[in-house]
Amino acid sequence: MDLQTLSYLFVGGTFALYLGIAFWARAGSTKDFYIAGGGVHPVANGMATAADWMSAASFISMAGMISFMGYGGSVFLMGWTGGYVILAMLLAPYLRKYGKFTVPEFIGDRFYSKTARVVAVICLILCSVTYVIGQMKGVGVAFSRFLEVDYATGLLVGMVIVFFYAVLGGMKGITYTQIAQYCVLILAYTIPAIFISLQLTGNPVPQLGLGGTLTGTDTYLLDVIDRVVMDLGFKEYTTDVRLSTLNMFAYTMSLMIGTAGLPHVIIRFFTVPKVKDARSSAGWALVFIAILYTTAPAVGAMARLNLMLTIEPEPGEYLVYEERPQWFKNWETTGLLVYEDKNGNGLVEYSADPATNDMVLIDNDIMVLANPEIAQLPNWVIALVAAGGLAAALSTAAGLLLAIASAISHDLLKGMIRPDISEKQELLASRIAMAFAILGAGYLGLNPPGFAAGTVALAFGLAASSIFPALMMGIFSDRINKEGAIAGMVAGIGVTLLYVFQHKGIMFIPGTSFLGGMEPNWFFGIEPNAFGVVGAIVNFAVAFGVSRVTAAPPQSVRELVEHIRIPVGSSEAVGH
Amino acid sequence: MSPLTEQQAKEYWRRNVSLMVKLMVVWFVVSFGCGILLFDVLNTIQIGGYKLGFWFAQQGSIYVFVFLIFYYARKMAALDREFGVEED
Repeated sequence: MDLQTLSYLFVGGTFALYLGIAFWARAGSTKDFYIAGGGVHPVANGMATAADWMSAASFISMAGMISFMGYGGSVFLMGWTGGYVILAMLLAPYLRKYGKFTVPEFIGDRFYSKTARVVAVICLILCSVTYVIGQMKGVGVAFSRFLEVDYATGLLVGMVIVFFYAVLGGMKGITYTQIAQYCVLILAYTIPAIFISLQLTGNPVPQLGLGGTLTGTDTYLLDVIDRVVMDLGFKEYTTDVRLSTLNMFAYTMSLMIGTAGLPHVIIRFFTVPKVKDARSSAGWALVFIAILYTTAPAVGAMARLNLMLTIEPEPGEYLVYEERPQWFKNWETTGLLVYEDKNGNGLVEYSADPATNDMVLIDNDIMVLANPEIAQLPNWVIALVAAGGLAAALSTAAGLLLAIASAISHDLLKGMIRPDISEKQELLASRIAMAFAILGAGYLGLNPPGFAAGTVALAFGLAASSIFPALMMGIFSDRINKEGAIAGMVAGIGVTLLYVFQHKGIMFIPGTSFLGGMEPNWFFGIEPNAFGVVGAIVNFAVAFGVSRVTAAPPQSVRELVEHIRIPVGSSEAVGH
Repeated sequence: MSPLTEQQAKEYWRRNVSLMVKLMVVWFVVSFGCGILLFDVLNTIQIGGYKLGFWFAQQGSIYVFVFLIFYYARKMAALDREFGVEED
């Protein structure tokens, strides 16, 4: 069968599965809609969390970034996994014990302030919306490449599918769909990796193959990559530090605490029955995530090697452009791969020197999607990768949309505007909010605003500098009061936004960056994407300072803090 | 109502925090320590094709993270039982 028929078969099959689950797991109450009834098994929740967490960025972009950044790409590997240790020990068990539906709800109650709740809702919506745009783009790109429909049609199909299971089933539908989506995406990621690892090293385990020798030789794979990239003038693959040690430190820390502070991840831990389950569920989530994250460095390195060997089969002998393989042509038509014959000799001369380099653009995102084609794997593997990329993007989009919808219907409508609405009315309101969130995300996916490119910086920066410190101080200190928490959040976001905008432009509009995005102006050489940790430090410092000079929180808040620290009695707190 | 006296609740929390701090030290050492700050030193050691610092940054730290969470979950379950605050 040809590739397109296979792709339709795989993608169509998985979509039918998601829709089937949607009908089976309809939500009957607000508890079903917001937290899947609170009865999800910790292993099942771990799997759903893994799918929720691993987005189009993890599936499609991360290995590609590692491919070109080498050792520097480790910031993503450590940053996007280490956050779960923080989550499991510092946040998830206590927030589960508290037993409510949303993150802003905890912040509002702990800091006995509607203002704090509104500030938290704004932070949540800002970071979830910027994040969801990227997922919608991922859906559109995967469709347009593999099903050869245009971007807008692909996006529309994706929206209809999400609409069905998210509006109908809420968290319940999303959870069970995410479990299916995890299975699809992890197979789609590991199967090509196993094939390629076997081809190159003879070892079927990519994690071991990366440390192994090339088939038929006794030279190590990583040594070959180091030599090949250095021959062309690039930095050594295994030691290429991203900017500076301090920058890598700050980047990794920002991603870790950003991960722990992202609301769509935190609310997943509200769905398990017990506090004990919240702890172990974070462990299961990380197991399922680690399967992909420890495979990714192998995929990245092997893809880089295969690419290099296609372009330069023997040292000094380059690929003739007219004889380029089919995948090269396919990706040229998407504009993500650009060749320009600088000296007109018809050869594909790839090097680190921009003056002579013919490969003007090799987009990061190509590496995972084109990898099976570069390695000449069978068509069904390539079709599976398409279904996997879509599963990754759809599962994350659904989780984000739920976080946005519940903030609107539960925190704003039920919590502030109309506290007297009935359970039935709130359930209807949450479905309507979800429908509007999907339409809004679809619109932004079709007309991506200028700031879509800065998604990572903004979403992680905001979560790290506002939500994470507020939650942590709320649990670990009974002295932080509402004045301190609000001032801290505002200062943390303020500093982070100011830094990102002054280097990347106000709302990322080109030409408005008043410091010109220049490296010499960076604070201790820290790049804007890595600045969340500085914002978090500012948040902690301001909150402590302000709390010291203002009145202590009331006795009821001290009791609340004591209550959430001890597991027993959480079942009574559920629902309200 | 908490089933613990104020004294017991303090003790439970103190032991939780002390376990947490120990595990966070390991968390910091394997990622920020071995993977970033001591990267150059550890790279002088080679295991198979992996330089040790590179291995910690791209593989080892993640395995340790998984272990840490399950260890914490197990220890805390035991602590909950000891203080009689586990959920049935």
